[in-house]
Amino acid sequence: MGQKITIEPVTRVEGHGKVTIHLDNDGNVEQTRLHIVEFRGFERFVQGRPYWEAPVLVQRLCGICPVSHHLAAAKALDVIVGAGNGNGLTPTGEKMRRLMHYGQFFQSHTLHFFHLASPDLLFGIDADPAIRNIIGVAMEHKELAVQGVMMRKYGQEVIRATAGKKIHGTGAVPGGINKHLTEAEKEYLLNGHDPMNIDKMISWSEGALEFFHDYHKNHKEIIDGFVEFPSSYLSLVRKDGALDIYHGVLRAVDANGKKILHDVDYQDYNKYIDEEVRSWSYMKFPYLKQIGKNDGWYTVGPLARLNTIDFIDTSLAQKEFEKFRAYSNGKPSHRPMHMHWARLIEILHAAEKMKELLNDPDLLKGELVKKGTKKFEGVGLIEAPRGTLFHHYKIDENDQIVMANLIVSTTNNNQPMNNAVNQVATKFLTGQKEITEGMLNAVEVSIRAYDPCLSCATHAIGQMPLEISLYDHKDQLIDKRRS
Amino acid sequence: MNKIVKFSIDGVECLATRGQFVVDAAKENGIYIPTLCNYPGVKPKGGCRICTVKINGKLMTACTSPVSEGMQIENNANEINEIRKAIVELLFVEGNHFCPACEKSGNCELQALAYRFHVMAPRFPFSFPIRKVDASHPKIIKEQNRCVLCKRCIRAIKDYKGRSIFAYSKRGNRVEVGVDSKLGKELTDELAQKAMDICPVGSILVKEKGFYQPIGTRKYDKNPIGSDIENLVVSKP
Ligand code: FES
Repeated sequence: MGQKITIEPVTRVEGHGKVTIHLDNDGNVEQTRLHIVEFRGFERFVQGRPYWEAPVLVQRLCGICPVSHHLAAAKALDVIVGAGNGNGLTPTGEKMRRLMHYGQFFQSHTLHFFHLASPDLLFGIDADPAIRNIIGVAMEHKELAVQGVMMRKYGQEVIRATAGKKIHGTGAVPGGINKHLTEAEKEYLLNGHDPMNIDKMISWSEGALEFFHDYHKNHKEIIDGFVEFPSSYLSLVRKDGALDIYHGVLRAVDANGKKILHDVDYQDYNKYIDEEVRSWSYMKFPYLKQIGKNDGWYTVGPLARLNTIDFIDTSLAQKEFEKFRAYSNGKPSHRPMHMHWARLIEILHAAEKMKELLNDPDLLKGELVKKGTKKFEGVGLIEAPRGTLFHHYKIDENDQIVMANLIVSTTNNNQPMNNAVNQVATKFLTGQKEITEGMLNAVEVSIRAYDPCLSCATHAIGQMPLEISLYDHKDQLIDKRRS
Repeated sequence: MNKIVKFSIDGVECLATRGQFVVDAAKENGIYIPTLCNYPGVKPKGGCRICTVKINGKLMTACTSPVSEGMQIENNANEINEIRKAIVELLFVEGNHFCPACEKSGNCELQALAYRFHVMAPRFPFSFPIRKVDASHPKIIKEQNRCVLCKRCIRAIKDYKGRSIFAYSKRGNRVEVGVDSKLGKELTDELAQKAMDICPVGSILVKEKGFYQPIGTRKYDKNPIGSDIENLVVSKP
């Protein structure tokens, strides 16, 4: 008899989602879907608000990486207040925002690697869920857990110094920033008491990579062999091809690394990208117009960034990037578990960048805000920890927002995640008589690698547990697991 | 000649000039009586009742009652603070106050009063009124969702002839404060800024100027409302 499996809630991801897996009479996987079942509608209720509220209002979408929304909205509004297309701010304005953004990359990636992903690596995908969690990590690998917590804290402190508050601050305003870094803040972040200083953060970031390399050597089957998801990749890159998470041009490459979107200005993003709506999910499906609905989907995020860029402009991260590129013979890597690798390289890059910025005198003085000729429409793009984030606003002559469109990282990854679920379910569940927790966790691991933020994606509230249900061919629920 | 009177607040002996309003007299004696509709230099109106105290056993508004010799005032009593807290809570549920994205957050007197009176969770049902954001004036936005009808702007913002630039419109529970349709053009940049500053909440917003003041430097970020008065060492008259 055919079956349908539902995984609900999916755990150790941000937000709430469920997976359904339909099995046919012979136990073959017939259809899989990752359903995003929350709805919030920020795009609607930001309408009518004064435009300068958007960076502060829309960041409430998310408690994990609100800074990304804060900055993407501010960048869109920079265009509206006539402060250039993302690169027209004063040095102080841009550098303070960059510091904020690197701080948040550091804390968000750390959260994902140490708190959400490491339990799978340390204990194994099919370990007992009772220990396969951050508490288990803290009990058995105390040092690692402490580093995770302290690194996250450091990132949060950087955010506090630049945005006024660790979560949901106000630093970025249309056309710039509202504060300088004080000498005391600079001193605290550069040379704070051990371990709260930038040198320690850099060395811990290197340590995390070492841990990964070690693990990789001994667990090739998990890191390389888990599955492969060939895909196109999209991200912002600096004009010269360097990794730049704050500003750049849009680039996409196909599965072989060939450019399919040639470093275009993102103000025209809707010339290149469209979104499809499907009845069973609140999350839309974006695709590259030139390729079409069926094959135009792409992946964003740490792996996508490292697959699209040409180099990294900080020395330690560049060395790691070279190893990473060489490992896939100079081609894009399609291995989901390599996302963790890419994330760790970005943690190191963020730490190096923070050091560079903290030593920059422009943070301590100089003009904060710049404005020019007003416009009525603006697009702001940024690389959020989870991938490219699009904010697009139109305002009327009374300064009220009349249109907002947000394409968040996780939405960009909708199709890739659905494909991943399908592939992993097919690999692990086909022909199995009994469905074990370990098999279902494998499905979750594949989703988790993308570090999805499902609340962001549908702009929804709450935590993100996931449920898996099993249905027969008549759509009768047979089994359900809530992790 | 001014006459000095003796009176007491919560049993503490105080001195003030006869005829001074109780709020001001208390302030000079380093005692905080919460206010909302009242504003220094503007004729008191006694509208919000936050300043309610017991004067010789009777509930009265401290912003409109003059002190006199021998007055016995109860201020910081549970019964009175409960009334004040309820008024603050009612003001919150009566409008649409979403502090997180409000420019005034940290400088807002209503928010500061809520902290001072420990308003932790909603006690009364929200009425979620449907109100609009009036952005038609070139210099300011009137955010009707947040207006508490304190009338400060009407009383304080006048043109060069002394006419109020802000005015009431509509009636009953739909009453609104807005820029007077005929006098709107008299609102200079300076007056617009003054109106925004004088508004106790985030209902009057100067256009294109949001969030310039960083978190941590705002009026009530570090110290509760009233603490400036309580820490004031005043030379008694
Ligand atoms: S302050 Fe006295 S009634 Fe409002």
